[in-house]
Amino acid sequence: MAINITMPALSPTMEEGTLAKWLKKEGDTISSGDVIAEIETDKATMEVEAVDEGTLAKILVEAGTEGVKVNSVIGVLAEEGEDASEVDAPAASEAPKEPAEKKSSSDEPSATKDEDKKADTAPAKSDASKKPADIDTSKSLQSVGQGDDRIKASPLARRIAAQKGVDLKSLKGSGPHGRIIRKDVEAAQPGVASAADAGASAPAGSPDGLIMPQVLDDRVYAPDSYELKPLDGMRKTVAKRLTTSFMQVPHFPLNVDITLDKLLASRAAINAAAPEGVKVSVNDMLIKASALALMAEPDCNASYTDKGIAYHKSAHISVAVAIDGGLITPVIRDAQTKGLREISEEMKDLATRARDRKLKPQEYMGGTFSISNLGMFGIKSFGSIINPPEGMILSVGAGDKRAVVKDDGSLAAATVMSVTLSCDHRVIGGAEGAKWLQAFKRYVETPEAMLL
Amino acid sequence: MADKFDLIVIGTGPGGYVAAIRASQLGLKTAVVERDALGGVCLNWGCIPTKALLRSAEVYHQMKNASAYGLKADNVSFDIEAVVKRSRQIASQLSGGVKHLMKKNKITVIEGEGRLTKGSAAPKVIVKGKDGKDTTYEPKNVLLATGARARTIPQAGLEPDGKYIWTAKEAMVPDTMPKKLLVIGSGAIGIEFASFYNALGSDVTVVEMMDRILPVEDEEISAMAQKRFEKSGIKILTKTSVEGVKPGKSNVSATIKGKDGKSVTETYDRIVLAIGIVGNVENLGLEDLGVTVDRTHVVVDGFGQTNVKGLYAIGDLTGAPWLAHKASHEGVICVEKIAGKNPHAFETWNIPGCTYCHPQIASVGLTETKAKEAGHKVKVGKFPFIGNGKAIALGEPEGLIKTVFDTETGELLGAHMIGAEVTELIQGYVVARQGELTEGELMETVFPHPTLSEMMHESVLAAYDRVIHI
Repeated sequence: MAINITMPALSPTMEEGTLAKWLKKEGDTISSGDVIAEIETDKATMEVEAVDEGTLAKILVEAGTEGVKVNSVIGVLAEEGEDASEVDAPAASEAPKEPAEKKSSSDEPSATKDEDKKADTAPAKSDASKKPADIDTSKSLQSVGQGDDRIKASPLARRIAAQKGVDLKSLKGSGPHGRIIRKDVEAAQPGVASAADAGASAPAGSPDGLIMPQVLDDRVYAPDSYELKPLDGMRKTVAKRLTTSFMQVPHFPLNVDITLDKLLASRAAINAAAPEGVKVSVNDMLIKASALALMAEPDCNASYTDKGIAYHKSAHISVAVAIDGGLITPVIRDAQTKGLREISEEMKDLATRARDRKLKPQEYMGGTFSISNLGMFGIKSFGSIINPPEGMILSVGAGDKRAVVKDDGSLAAATVMSVTLSCDHRVIGGAEGAKWLQAFKRYVETPEAMLL
Repeated sequence: MADKFDLIVIGTGPGGYVAAIRASQLGLKTAVVERDALGGVCLNWGCIPTKALLRSAEVYHQMKNASAYGLKADNVSFDIEAVVKRSRQIASQLSGGVKHLMKKNKITVIEGEGRLTKGSAAPKVIVKGKDGKDTTYEPKNVLLATGARARTIPQAGLEPDGKYIWTAKEAMVPDTMPKKLLVIGSGAIGIEFASFYNALGSDVTVVEMMDRILPVEDEEISAMAQKRFEKSGIKILTKTSVEGVKPGKSNVSATIKGKDGKSVTETYDRIVLAIGIVGNVENLGLEDLGVTVDRTHVVVDGFGQTNVKGLYAIGDLTGAPWLAHKASHEGVICVEKIAGKNPHAFETWNIPGCTYCHPQIASVGLTETKAKEAGHKVKVGKFPFIGNGKAIALGEPEGLIKTVFDTETGELLGAHMIGAEVTELIQGYVVARQGELTEGELMETVFPHPTLSEMMHESVLAAYDRVIHI
């Protein structure tokens, strides 16, 4: 009896992923526990392990296919004694079943349902190259590449579109024979598809309805003047989440300067006393200080939801890590309970695996607060975009020697860093944010307090 | 049981009969109800017969000026009865034309007065025939196109008295040529009658409450028109109102309050009321149906739909601009919507306006002032008739074509013209606006020589400092 290999859910919220790579080919013998494929999700690459053994009879979804729905059949395993070459149709025809059940129980917006429909049927198709994601991606690429297509638009519509930065290709004309007229352009937002068009083409390939379609007009940017790199899961997720956050979350920043000398001295002492291989960084200490400040000001450890404000009981600190091709925020869970050594070691492990894109979703999801540190690049201060649904993100600048006026009026040199706290004003008031910064500053400037 | 119609149109003016023809083209079984003559006010008592009168006046004016063309015409005179007769004949000819069109398009013509009563899918139509009998129809859709009539103010005596005080309707069939005529109101209707009677020798005074005549036109055009009219002998009183009129034994006296606030009473042979129009909303049963009516105009959406299911309204009945071509346009949109097509909703932005006085006046879009008020940065082009060979050859060297463009987008925001035949020229700009051409296309377009239309080109060029002939 043939066994279906289905797209695994790597996290509770995962709906689809990219089948990045097959590590086995058709006809290979598979043992339970073998890694047979790699799946790329929002932010990580995960290995798919075989549960059963047998022969990989059929690959139904080719490597590189995007937008593969969770639970859709990606391949078929023939059990021992079964003729792999005869395994085909029955397995394929069963393919849409599971996702269909899932669909009926979910409450997704209609656009996603359309995606479901397309994606569900996709694996069952014999022509594996015609996957929904491919179709949509190629559509958006086509619009960059085909400049000769005549667009029916009035001269005035063309001129206003050029002035507003509206791509005529994204519009649906309401004039005679679909001609784009002034009204159509005026109704469009720069860089955004018309409602009519967005409904039809927003699915799978687009990162997000809010920012699609973003295309380069090839009359302005010749297609051969740049290299087009397709969006991977991470790029899409970053684009979607940051756009949503920047557009929907009312951000406000709070700045404060913090003297680092004591913290640096403590760090030197700690590292001197630490066992071989343990080296606590300034950032590790800031993670700890953030967690303690969140415990001291629990109003700030909060998320805005439609139902109410969620006050998190524990401080899960997301730490922004820049990696090749994007950004990821691994989470130090319950950081307030962890010692510096533990934080340091965990961080090192997470950062390494993040760069290899090997983080599990639960390792980069579920934070309650974020830290982004660009001090190593000499950035003095900056403001980050909130990482929803978290309520705040701390942007840490470089610690450098600055002249400070001491309490007695004399000038002295001190190591100072500027930090900016971006707050979601729906949950954090100015005073709460300021109080949190006070608490944070106290821990950093009096690092002994972190020992209490 | 009367026939089942998909659509019954009440009123056969240029709104109603055009809507009926379009409905028939779209396969709707259609009937029209008319209490008077097919063609409505436009054909019978408005646009067409006035044009016939004005043509007579124009020819007469040319005959009197024959020497300017090297011609001789002695003892030039006119016969007002014959002039009116020609006008009536033309109206009747065209009304007959509409009858033919109804037949050709298999549209049932129901003679009589229609009124509405509650129905299921749409209101029922009860037509009181010439014989006084009621016939009830239950169409799927009802379209009201009952038009409008001259506004009167009975409290001030401003209503036709059957003798000395006229509305447009009476002014069109004068029993006698008034020696001294007062025209109250300087909109298109008032100005056209002033122009007609002035040309035929009446001593005409026009009274206007606003600070200029033809108040909807561009200020510059208004000012030029006023100068021309005054030069031709029309007395124009702006910022002036008529406080009351009183018919006497052989004439009528009017009390006029002038700019200086002083009232003067003068006597006239006749008075023409041209103080606006009101919708024909009465005796249609609209109250019983609960149709929303705002100041004598039925309230509709962009497709002519009233607040009552299955009931539509178009044309003068639904409000300004009170123009035949607006009514026809609305009628087509409305019927296409009823037939399940997907027309664009009605918008007033590209409805041209024409006044057939001498000189003619035509315009479309925003005036220079309105454009600026709407926040546009404008480029204005002007070209005078004196710079056009054809205008000079015609002996019509007075006039102006003015264009207003948006500096940023090159959109033709408005065009305003005064002079010979401009009512025939304006359409070029209307097409340009509908097609959303910019100054670029208009400048590249070839205009034939020698025509008056060359001035349209020159006006555009002038807006961009590229004018050739001045």
